[in-house]
Amino acid sequence: MIPAAFEYYRPKDLSGVISILEEHGDDARVVAGGHSLIPMMKLRMADVPHLIDLQDVPGMSEITVTADTITIGAMTTQHDIIDSDELAKVAPILREAALQIADPQVRYMGTVGGNVANGDPGNDMPGLMQCLDASFTLFGPDGERTVPARDFYEAAYMTEREDEEILTAVTIPAPKGGYAYEKQKRKIGDYATAAAAVQIVKEDGKCTAASIAMTNLSDTPIWSEGAADALIGTAVDDAALKAAVDAMLGDIDPSEDNRGPVAFKRHVAGVILTRAIQRAWSRA
Amino acid sequence: MSKKMHIKLTVNGKEEEFLAEPRELLIYTLRERLNITGPHIGCETSHCGACTVTINGKSVKSCTMFVAQADGADVTTVEGLGTPDSLHPLQAAFKEHHGLQCGYCTPGMITRAAKLLEENPNPTEEEIRFGMAGNLCRCTGYQNIVKSIRAAATEMNAAKEAAE
Repeated sequence: MIPAAFEYYRPKDLSGVISILEEHGDDARVVAGGHSLIPMMKLRMADVPHLIDLQDVPGMSEITVTADTITIGAMTTQHDIIDSDELAKVAPILREAALQIADPQVRYMGTVGGNVANGDPGNDMPGLMQCLDASFTLFGPDGERTVPARDFYEAAYMTEREDEEILTAVTIPAPKGGYAYEKQKRKIGDYATAAAAVQIVKEDGKCTAASIAMTNLSDTPIWSEGAADALIGTAVDDAALKAAVDAMLGDIDPSEDNRGPVAFKRHVAGVILTRAIQRAWSRA
Repeated sequence: MSKKMHIKLTVNGKEEEFLAEPRELLIYTLRERLNITGPHIGCETSHCGACTVTINGKSVKSCTMFVAQADGADVTTVEGLGTPDSLHPLQAAFKEHHGLQCGYCTPGMITRAAKLLEENPNPTEEEIRFGMAGNLCRCTGYQNIVKSIRAAATEMNAAKEAAE
């Protein structure tokens, strides 16, 4: 499998990246780990006349944890996330999710920035970032701007990012309470049939706050406020679980593919969300 | 055709320099340009792991990296792990415990396992299975592959202890 020819660039700083993007518009793409883009180029489903490799751009692989926030550079790999004991302490859902992405080789290369910026509905990090109310830092010709993860995704592969911008970092408010990332997939390396990210806060036996996001059940990740609201104020008993699942099912819009028909995906989504809430609650 | 670029690589300790189109996939560079045929082409779609090599300390599927990205990198293939006269403990263990049948997946298995044992010198069976999940064997030899890696770990840990 041989991709179409391209010009290769390896700029040493962000302004070098932006000037190539400005010159070539959507004929140019940045590559981080490349494990989404390169397979598409090999299949000639992506045509990238100008490929900008980010590996020499400094300062994009750092994980910074303060009392309130976590900042993860876009070039941080899934392997780096799993390897970070500091992250596992403040936001263990990140490791739990990263361990369910792809396989070991792919996790050495695949980055957080690529996973969230690509806009592939099958990617796990976008839903996770919506659950955690993360925001994305975009850098472009006019400088930096920040977009909430919950406003970033427009449709499959369509995001708020402009062609001449790159996503440089993800910032997450330190999560509170119990957590779970639950994913149903056909085999290791597969995208989710359904996946759920849940954070939940318990006080005096009652749920006081919750956030729920679903993956690969629409053409964007689905942050289901209704599902979270169904849990708040309850003891997360069977009735609350059912109400949360019903609310989530009202928000998703899966389509039939080789992972199954719509009815099956809706069924799996309910099972996965129930498990995720129960596990998050047990940890809260 | 795009213009060729000057590439420098270190493969199994040996420096290599050549001109190549940036789109050349690293697996082709290794096999066809450098005649290093240990890494195999299995699926060529980032699934099977037969092309696994170690690049700058990471296990990587070399069918999913352009040679341009690897410019300046340090690459180790199965050829860099042992020789016929002095097998790597993993190679000896795969031989001893029947960790291969047709052998097609074996170079990728061994290269990946070497990195796994470097990061986790004493893995449980479950950790081995999870850590080897990016490598497929179609002779369904996983049972003996896991056994081989366990045996190599024991052997390598004993050798390390003896040396200390």
